[in-house]
Amino acid sequence: MNKWLKNSIAVASLLLLVACESTLGTKDDTAAAASAEKTAGTTSSTETAKAKALVGSAIYKGHPLDDPKGVLSSRVIYFDFDKSDIKKEFRDLIEAHARYLASNSSASVVLEGHADERGSREYNIGLGERRATTVRRQMVLLGAAEAQLQVLSYGEERPAVQGHDESAWQLNRRVEINYQSR
Amino acid sequence: MTRILFTLLLFMALLRPAWAVLDITVTQGLEGALPVAVVPFLRVAGSTPPPVDLAGVISSDLARSGRFKPYPFQDLPARPGRAEDIRFRDWRLLGSEYLVIGQIEAVGGNRYATRFRLFDVLKGVQLSGFQFVTPASGLRRTAHQISDIIYRELTGEPGAFNTRIAYVTEFSGTGNKRRYVLNVADSDGYNAFPVLESGEPLMSPAWSPDGSKLAYVSFEHKKTSIFIQDLARGSRQRLSAFPGINGAPAWSPDGSRMAMTLSKDGNPEIYIFHFASSRWQRLTHNAAIDTEAAWAPDGKSLVFTSDRGGTPQIYQMPVSGGRAHRLSFEGRYNTRASFSPDGKQLVLLHGDNGNFRIAVLSLETQDFRVLTDSRLDESPSFAPNGSMILYATVKGAANILGAVSVDGRVRQQLAVEKGGVREPAWSPFQ
Repeated sequence: MNKWLKNSIAVASLLLLVACESTLGTKDDTAAAASAEKTAGTTSSTETAKAKALVGSAIYKGHPLDDPKGVLSSRVIYFDFDKSDIKKEFRDLIEAHARYLASNSSASVVLEGHADERGSREYNIGLGERRATTVRRQMVLLGAAEAQLQVLSYGEERPAVQGHDESAWQLNRRVEINYQSR
Repeated sequence: MTRILFTLLLFMALLRPAWAVLDITVTQGLEGALPVAVVPFLRVAGSTPPPVDLAGVISSDLARSGRFKPYPFQDLPARPGRAEDIRFRDWRLLGSEYLVIGQIEAVGGNRYATRFRLFDVLKGVQLSGFQFVTPASGLRRTAHQISDIIYRELTGEPGAFNTRIAYVTEFSGTGNKRRYVLNVADSDGYNAFPVLESGEPLMSPAWSPDGSKLAYVSFEHKKTSIFIQDLARGSRQRLSAFPGINGAPAWSPDGSRMAMTLSKDGNPEIYIFHFASSRWQRLTHNAAIDTEAAWAPDGKSLVFTSDRGGTPQIYQMPVSGGRAHRLSFEGRYNTRASFSPDGKQLVLLHGDNGNFRIAVLSLETQDFRVLTDSRLDESPSFAPNGSMILYATVKGAANILGAVSVDGRVRQQLAVEKGGVREPAWSPFQ
């Protein structure tokens, strides 16, 4: 490998790293997730996610679910108000988890649906369930088995972020992918 | 001395329960609120002092309704306890149209005999008078019953002071460990007690028509279940724990059935459970969200929330099933409807331009009125006498309760000292 190629790989990895950090949040990193929603439209998160998956599998030696740079480390899907359709930027994330489930038949997840605090509580329970069910349907179409996917809606009862404005609400309208077994 | 005081204060602080009482304040009363003189009740000579200031409880009941303006005790020109001691001229000079007096006497066995009389000051005649014998522990209730009698006599409508409120409080505890408590308190916020505490969310408390039980939704064991809990005994039974949603329980007016939301068939649908036959009856068949059923007072139909038309709106359906017809047409978001006790109006949650407010829809005239001006209201329900609507709201960053009269002229605020409070449900008459 010549020096030029080495350097460009190093630069590319660095760029990917930065991009990953700013575009895809994990369950525990809600601030990053917030910027994910804001920047999703401007950066090409689809390509980032694909590249990330590659980088992850190429370098990381542990379990793919534990790879902090792999797409499987992103486990939250965000939604618009009173909506349950999946936004473009989350398709790759869902596909990656569906593929993982398809090739690991003993793995199972709970898809936890949530809503923001606005509106009535029982309707929001319905809305959270519809969001989680939409994610489940996608995953089944992509190869996961129904038995691997359990749906639970918390509605507005378990916000990820406290607060009474859009900065909190956009992080609370979500489906969390929680692995029960891998 | 300071030390004793400090110890005493510390002791009182320890005694104070974590599910602290609801603090109720009138934020807006009626402009023409009726002046009423409530005289501290006369203790019969030699009798053990009662543990409750009955006139104080009655005064604050009447003031809280926003329709009356009781005088502070120090402004009263006299303190008659018996009818023969009243000089009506004193009260006419004060400007009070009505006068309430009473006597209280310990009658042994830790019980008290309470007598009260309500007078029309201008005419100089007695309008009402009753005697109660109650254990010391029931004296607050006696005071509320007296308030109800006065309210009915002076407004022509039944009072709802001798009723209770169920509500859910949330504490964020240490280590981000949340705690949820389902509480019941008297309608004035006193005698609050926890019905159930849980580390998982508690939702949607619903009173049985006789006021003896609460149905609610619990997330314990990471799934939803509907429980029915007996308030006096504390015992409970699980009514429903199907896969998916078990939510929005609502007792039929005769107590024989329970409407609820189940998603066991793939999406939220309205079901009715018949207690006597243990039969489940499915009402809705729809790919949309159908939830939040509430019974008409005659028990013949239900209203519920559905987004079958693209946005969540209120629909009505006979309990026997059949066609649902849409009732709400104002704006893109109307949910959580319930009937006024006379069945002529619905109260609901109305979303408009990002604000979620309490609105009333007349089923006779289709008149639609928004009653609040806050931005994050929810869970409205009528008081059993139809006078006030109780709801949850956000003030600043705090989750509190609000109450507003149907005409929008009287407003109250109900807050707890610690934590947030939500999902209020006013009990039926007891």
